[in-house]
Amino acid sequence: MEPELDPELHTVPPDRGAMLDQPKWRQDFPIDTPQDSYVARREFTKFLGLTSLAFVVGQFWIALQNLWRRARGKLPIASIAKLDELPVGSVKVFHYPTPLDSAILIRLDADNLLAFSNQCTHLQCPVLPDLEKGRLHCPCHRGYFDARSGRPLAGPPRRPLPQITLKIDGSSIYATGIMLGET
Amino acid sequence: MPVEKYFFIDPNRCIGCRSCVEACSECDTHKGHSMIHLEYVDRAVSPQTLPVVCMHCDSPTCAEVCPADAIKRTADGVVQTARKPRCIACNNCVLACPFGVPKMNSNFELMMKCDMCYDRTAVNKNPMCATVCPSRALHFGTWDEMEELRPRSLPQNRFRFGMQEIHTKVYMMTPRDLPVEYLDVAAELSESSGADASVSENKIIGDDPMLDGLFRLEGA
Repeated sequence: MEPELDPELHTVPPDRGAMLDQPKWRQDFPIDTPQDSYVARREFTKFLGLTSLAFVVGQFWIALQNLWRRARGKLPIASIAKLDELPVGSVKVFHYPTPLDSAILIRLDADNLLAFSNQCTHLQCPVLPDLEKGRLHCPCHRGYFDARSGRPLAGPPRRPLPQITLKIDGSSIYATGIMLGET
Repeated sequence: MPVEKYFFIDPNRCIGCRSCVEACSECDTHKGHSMIHLEYVDRAVSPQTLPVVCMHCDSPTCAEVCPADAIKRTADGVVQTARKPRCIACNNCVLACPFGVPKMNSNFELMMKCDMCYDRTAVNKNPMCATVCPSRALHFGTWDEMEELRPRSLPQNRFRFGMQEIHTKVYMMTPRDLPVEYLDVAAELSESSGADASVSENKIIGDDPMLDGLFRLEGA
């Protein structure tokens, strides 16, 4: 586009000479709005290329994370509670597999002991037990999960809470692994 | 297609009523701030005032000196207030403008200036100041209208500040019987410092002390 030929462009350089005789920076930093907001084909192509490259890198990042998780092998077995400290309807917060991953152990009735990660699958807010209604409640955006399966019931979360597999040996409760729920 | 309208300033007709100053702040694009300056020409000797609006230069010095590339002119030739995301409140434009138009709003950290009431003129309404001016010192209208209203005046839009020549979108009314190539605003200064006669021969100022003071003020 020739700047002089465009009727929408008014800029006259201070020396009142022709725009083509001006230094390059004057064309790079135009004063007229149409020229300033003009996106050249090359800039647009560059934007498209870089954006799709970012998406590709993101996909590889997700794939690598899956590989790392598998390569880490089996999770440790950890003692998390005693059976007699958990009456029916009570809840205990514990950390598994690392001290940074908080989880909740709930006893729905005499035979049903369940443990879930307590990080909401929407934005990682801690979920609160609401066992009278048989559900777990995330107060951040009013998300609800089923207390028996960890499936999302309402609100923004779409993925179930990761369930922690348990083993009861005598009076002790052990965490043995994490079961990622199906979407 | 409406006939193109121009902004005419006739400082001789200004009565200093400040209506334009008040009306200016009513314009929506100014966010309640008045962007017009009502200057005294030489307050010690005269009550004469002079409204100063942005002249909307074809080579806007404010935009030329902006280090942040924030001052832009729209396709209709109106130089706009600095763009908020870009303006760094450096005051370069305030110091550079030969007409003294841009003002820094330090609360907003934004240079705000007269944009000819862009929300109004873009829909073919008159700027607020020209709407309220009772003596028509500020007039927004067609060329023919102005020729008929002011047969003794000639609209002039070429200015010279020392070596810098500026053509503006806004016109200043000058005496028709003293036509000049351009308004030499700094002539008074060069003359007093003993400069060459070629600059001063373009002066329109004869022995009129009021006009004399007016251009001394603009050149100052």
